Amino acid sequence: MAELDSPLATLAPAPAARPRVVSVRRMPPAVAARLDRDFAGAFAIDRDIDREESLALLEEHKAEALLFSSGFKLDAGFIEKLPARVKVAATCSVGFDHVDVAAAKSRGLVVTNTPDVLTGCTADLAFSLLLSAARRLPEADQMLRQDAWGPRAMGDFLGVRVWGQTIGIIGMGRIGRAVARRARGFDMRVLYHDAAQLPPALEEGGHYVADLDAMLGQCQFVSLHCPYSPATRHILNERTLGLLPPGAVVVNAARGGLIDEEALIDGLKSGRIAAAGLDVFEGEPRFDRRFIDLPNVALAPHIGSATVETRDAMGHRSLDNIAAVLSGRPAIDPLWS
Amino acid sequence: MTKPVLLLTRRFPDAVEARAQRDYITIPNPSDTPMDGATLATAAKDAGAQGILCAAGDPLGAATIAALPDSVKLLATFSVGTDHIDLAAARARGIAVSNTPDVLSVATAEIAFLLILAAARRGGESERMLRAGEWAGWAPTQLMGVTLEGKKLGILGMGRIGQALAKMARGFGMEIHYRNRKQLPPEEAAGAIYHADDAAFLGAIDVLSMHIPGGEATRNWLDARKIALLKRGAIVVNTGRGTTVDDVALCEALTKGHLRAAGLDVFAGEPKIHPGYLTTPNLVLLPHLGSATIETRDAMGFRCLDNLDAVLLRGAAPPHPVG
Repeated sequence: MAELDSPLATLAPAPAARPRVVSVRRMPPAVAARLDRDFAGAFAIDRDIDREESLALLEEHKAEALLFSSGFKLDAGFIEKLPARVKVAATCSVGFDHVDVAAAKSRGLVVTNTPDVLTGCTADLAFSLLLSAARRLPEADQMLRQDAWGPRAMGDFLGVRVWGQTIGIIGMGRIGRAVARRARGFDMRVLYHDAAQLPPALEEGGHYVADLDAMLGQCQFVSLHCPYSPATRHILNERTLGLLPPGAVVVNAARGGLIDEEALIDGLKSGRIAAAGLDVFEGEPRFDRRFIDLPNVALAPHIGSATVETRDAMGHRSLDNIAAVLSGRPAIDPLWS
Repeated sequence: MTKPVLLLTRRFPDAVEARAQRDYITIPNPSDTPMDGATLATAAKDAGAQGILCAAGDPLGAATIAALPDSVKLLATFSVGTDHIDLAAARARGIAVSNTPDVLSVATAEIAFLLILAAARRGGESERMLRAGEWAGWAPTQLMGVTLEGKKLGILGMGRIGQALAKMARGFGMEIHYRNRKQLPPEEAAGAIYHADDAAFLGAIDVLSMHIPGGEATRNWLDARKIALLKRGAIVVNTGRGTTVDDVALCEALTKGHLRAAGLDVFAGEPKIHPGYLTTPNLVLLPHLGSATIETRDAMGFRCLDNLDAVLLRGAAPPHPVG
């Protein structure tokens, strides 16, 4: 029998070497399980791994891939220090303003993101903040939890009706279009501003306004869904916020730097802006402490994509990208091609 | 012709008070002090009121109605619900009752949808974490909620509010199920799936939104047994009447994790609320804000005045009678 067994054993393919990855963020259970099963290397479990430590781990585990996310800066200095064998860096996010694309390109590093999979749930979160701000959820929930609900007048706690009002969407990509679809369910008139008008089939019943200033003057609600770049930094500032009609509601579930927070806080304090819903902040996780004391702002800690379904899909998509590149195939979601 | 006398039991929106003053001799309540039954009946008697503009929470039980003067022809309530009024006692005395249907449907549906989103996306916990200054940074597993796309919304009571809610939920890619006394005609159902049976309805859905009236027939409708029929991880929202939920059973299901989260705008015995709710984290609480938009409150007040005008100025039947 041994004579028969032995050639069979040598003919069996050696188990394929598992791709070696350093994963710096704690992943949802389903993604962590796939990392354990199909990949080798070092994976954040109880705590996240910082940049310094990640470089040491990439070296130690001879890793060829880095799995990271927003908040972990992939800047020129870091890219320069990456071991030469690192071929791909996959950010578990749709945004990539934390990536120095030029530096990655010149180093020949493939960088991928996770588009598509977080569209619906980011639009849900934006709309949740819109409704929370318009109908004053933060003040209301706090009052009840302090057991301070007493008799009140008809005029107390009046909010802004959402149904049938006009919303302006800045940035009509996938998430902007998903917000437009949700707004139409509230019988809202949808206006949008972007670099160019979309084909009618993609407009979701929205009307294109080429001039941002002209759009803002008509919007009871405005929601940001454009990428952050030097061109869009503080796109909502003292001047543009001043174009909104009195009592407007501002929503940002895109990037903190799109709004000049100083101007927003002024508007919220004076009441010229009725309310705001914010999932993102300039310089997060630190954020302007004045927001804490403002009753007319709904706050969330950058959880646009934080649903079980989406976080699993984002993690798996990142791993699909890594697996593709390390097996010699093209990346599925490269940041450039 | 002298203007009829109108008693206002609360302070109403400015535009509504102004129109009332134009057309009636008004007995206002500028300090908005809630009245007990005896005070209300005495005020009506002293003024010789022919109409009473009242609101939810006013004690218009059999005793108060018995004590009203004969001059009173109409109780116009600034609400859709009438569980604060003893309708049989009013009928026995020949006093008509009107309410304000339709005008608050979308405002209330908005609150229901807000609670669904806030429950699904952990709005209360997010708020509290940031305001406590406890945000340490973004993490892929922080405050994970659930996506609404593809989930099944179960609407209990498919009237105007339920139908407005269904339209909103379709924009979010939800599948609509409903439980109602009767099945809607296809043009009103708009594809929503009808359930003739509580158990099948509760077992099919991921999110329950309650829109049924109060009263003895629906007391504690959602009890421990019905909660157990919902899928593990389901979400419950109530913007109808607080009495329809068994508070203790709901708290327990939220604490033990059978339910993922809940959102409540109405409470049995409000403004007092069940103490267990104050400390339950996966719960969003609102102080009966269903109709609380400026546009809606004005429209409700005008609808009350339309009913009063019909009865007291034109001697006609109220356009929105109850009972």
